[in-house]
Amino acid sequence: MEKKLLRFSVNEVPYEIYINPKTLLVEAIRDHVGLTGTKRGCETVSCGVCTVMVNGMAVKGCSILAMQVDGMSVTTVEGLEKNGKLDPIQTAFLDEGAFQCGFCTSGMLMMAKAFLNETPKPKDEMEIRRGMEGNLCRCTGYNSIIRSIAAVASGKYREDK
Amino acid sequence: MSENKYAVLNTRVHNVDGYAKVTGRSTYTFDVKLPNMLYGKILRSPHPHAKILKIDYSEALKLPGVLTVATGKEDTLGVRQGIWRRYKDLCDEAILTVDKVRYIGEPVAAVAAVSEEIAEKALDLINVDYEVLPFVDDPMEAIKKEAPVIHEGFERNVNVTRQIAWGDVEDEMETADYIREDWFKLGGQHHMCMETRAAVASYTPDGKLTVWTSTQSAYYHQALLAGVLGLREGNIRVIAPYVGGGFGGKFELDGAQFCASILSMKCCKPVKVVFTREEDFIASKRRTPMYYYVRTGVKKDGTFCAREAKVFTNGGAYTGMGATALYLTGFFHSFPYRWKAYRYDGYRVYTNSLPSTSMRGFGAPQAMFCSEQQIDWIASDLGLDPIEMRRKNGHYEGYEVPGQATIASCGLDQCLTKIQEWVKSKGKLPKNRSIGISAAGFMSGGIFNWFDSPYSFSSAVVTINYDGTVELHVGAQEIGQGSSTTLALICAEALGVKLEDIKVHMGDTDHSPADLGAWGSRQTLMAGNATKMAAEDAKRQLLEFANAKLGFNIIYDLDIRQGWVYNVARPERGMSYYDLCKEALRGKEGQRIIGRGFYTPRRKGMISPAYSYMVQGLDVEIDPETGHIKIHESVTAHDCGQPINTLGLIGQLEGAASMAIGFGYYEYLPVEDGKVMNPNLVDYKLIRAPEMPDCHVIEIDTYEPEGPYGAKEAGEGLTNPHAAALGNAIFHGTGLQMKEAPIRAEAIAKAWKEKQEKGTEKKKK
Repeated sequence: MEKKLLRFSVNEVPYEIYINPKTLLVEAIRDHVGLTGTKRGCETVSCGVCTVMVNGMAVKGCSILAMQVDGMSVTTVEGLEKNGKLDPIQTAFLDEGAFQCGFCTSGMLMMAKAFLNETPKPKDEMEIRRGMEGNLCRCTGYNSIIRSIAAVASGKYREDK
Repeated sequence: MSENKYAVLNTRVHNVDGYAKVTGRSTYTFDVKLPNMLYGKILRSPHPHAKILKIDYSEALKLPGVLTVATGKEDTLGVRQGIWRRYKDLCDEAILTVDKVRYIGEPVAAVAAVSEEIAEKALDLINVDYEVLPFVDDPMEAIKKEAPVIHEGFERNVNVTRQIAWGDVEDEMETADYIREDWFKLGGQHHMCMETRAAVASYTPDGKLTVWTSTQSAYYHQALLAGVLGLREGNIRVIAPYVGGGFGGKFELDGAQFCASILSMKCCKPVKVVFTREEDFIASKRRTPMYYYVRTGVKKDGTFCAREAKVFTNGGAYTGMGATALYLTGFFHSFPYRWKAYRYDGYRVYTNSLPSTSMRGFGAPQAMFCSEQQIDWIASDLGLDPIEMRRKNGHYEGYEVPGQATIASCGLDQCLTKIQEWVKSKGKLPKNRSIGISAAGFMSGGIFNWFDSPYSFSSAVVTINYDGTVELHVGAQEIGQGSSTTLALICAEALGVKLEDIKVHMGDTDHSPADLGAWGSRQTLMAGNATKMAAEDAKRQLLEFANAKLGFNIIYDLDIRQGWVYNVARPERGMSYYDLCKEALRGKEGQRIIGRGFYTPRRKGMISPAYSYMVQGLDVEIDPETGHIKIHESVTAHDCGQPINTLGLIGQLEGAASMAIGFGYYEYLPVEDGKVMNPNLVDYKLIRAPEMPDCHVIEIDTYEPEGPYGAKEAGEGLTNPHAAALGNAIFHGTGLQMKEAPIRAEAIAKAWKEKQEKGTEKKKK
């Protein structure tokens, strides 16, 4: 298949890459841009470990073609940290021990970040849980992840911003 | 909890590998990419049982981009391996099979190509002629005389038998006022590691092989690969970088590791094999499905007399770690109670289905599901309080499980009290809500050495640099359970330095001492003891210099705490640890200080050097019409000795709860005609965030003399009680006795409907 030009930005860096048009977004990020923080865990859009943000919204990187983000701005886990300073959600994950094997963590962080962007003041814990429903974690039982998001929402890390 | 007497133990610290994990810097086998690397794909058997007559891969080789195809017959030594290395007849799995397939998904051939896509296309071009054989996928059928023979030389397909017995069961049953017997059926469960099986193998013509792989024990894989490839152990380097989950499923040799190695040896280029999720479901392994018969005799005051259990496990096609699960389920079925007589007969039966193996809890969740529900049913039949009945018969400190184990620390009684208080505090529950409890116990590492390792079970080397930083080399494998942080904490505490002074090196057989790895909850106790010993060895050497330097009267004792080297009687007198390191190196002719430690359990019975105890309570809402369950709260009273890694402990317990609830309710893994029916994450249900209950843990303060600083198992044992606690909540709420795990919503609804119909019939009569 003829390769197509994709122009997009990843973590605020512009990229121009020639790819097979059936390349998935997660494949473009991992195999063409070379950022491996984003993982893959299934073939059925079920696990969420490939979650990234496209124009600030959470997207499972295996659910869309890379060509669909032409001209858009993609943020991956590598883009959360700014100038060596962690994003509050990353600090909260460390403080709560909200990861174990770490394989789902990138996707969890991106989903949490997008959730907090859309819902800075969740009305209760269940709202956070529902927001994270699409992401699987086999290690933590989720509660430490939920506590991290609640801590950021409560303003605990405001001074970190 | 008593006040923390330690400087760093049991304090809330960030994981030592946390920064890498929250920034995407942690590199897993899945991420490894080497120059000149090829991609491997595996052709798998579509038949549960068949002879391989011919494999024709000539067309596959013609596909541009395909470099080589490997088959068991042509390219392997045909060695049948197994993790029970001491027992040749239990080494039954060639991985890339030579002549016969025994389950759907078994590797038949492997392709290496320049891309994954081409390798996958090549699989379609391989033609295999099979002679399809009759198959059997259920142990109760496979054990029959007329069943197909799966492995030669195993009468009635019985792979392993195990017996555990003490006292005379029939004599003690005579003394019982009440005897109850039940049959149970336990389903499989998939490990479902977020990172599927993966390996990158790189063989070079000088006879050296390096394998990056997602494993629970780098040493096991080094040794197993040496055996099947005909290489020296020392010429194989296994690197386990970050590991995306294990849960008992990643310490046997798997298709990714073996096929990547064989392909790499054929073309002398690196080869990467990563399982798809579907491959991971059908061709890695699973928790052992079991049929459980339990007969229990008690006196009318609730005193336990005797128990008899007969268990038939679905071994699937190969032995793997399943033989250990067969033993442990029998042992933990007696737990945590005192039986005057106990007899367990276990039969592991080969079938033509996905092999079964160890999985978090290692046979105990199955055992507890049966035992702990039956105990509640007995208490109900006799009109006794189920918590008091457990207390009356429970283990206590100093109890000896006849011929098996001595219990040196036990907080069971306190756990029961805490849960009793919690149950009382709940008061009257709303409609459709009920509480179920279950007790459990678990081991802190196994004593058995069926692997026949010539090395100490755990070893550690502590090296102190000029600036006081510490290199801790361990073979203990970090797989997310927090072992690197736990061992760093132990090292920092023993040496008297800060956590940030410690660097942990693990997961590389070239640079880490051999260690059996992460299974059976062994690392905190065993690698912890080795680490403590190594740190204390290094500290002793440092203090020799401190003594000379500080010139105290020799009657005084010196110690180090948080970087301060001091006179124990006069703590203000001393010197900085960091200054001392500089001086000490000078005194050693520039050599770094090196401490060594090791641990192998001795004189600790048959099973484990120490046992944890716990009682689990669940507050459950049940809609009997639909069978739908919602767990409102989970409370655990937990005795793991001295907690070491505070955050790690909380995380392990919450994680164990999520997996245990999965085993009890969500995770149904049906196999029909030898085929896994739901090999994907749409149809295989894992618990998700909204369904996960709040989990409260009450730690009981005990001290385990065999453990480092009094620590023992935490995090695996809590996989054991939830399924039974859920069953007990259903029983107390609806009167239904659910004898099959997972307790599926459909099964509850069906049982409820039958019960209602029976009730109406009775009324009519």
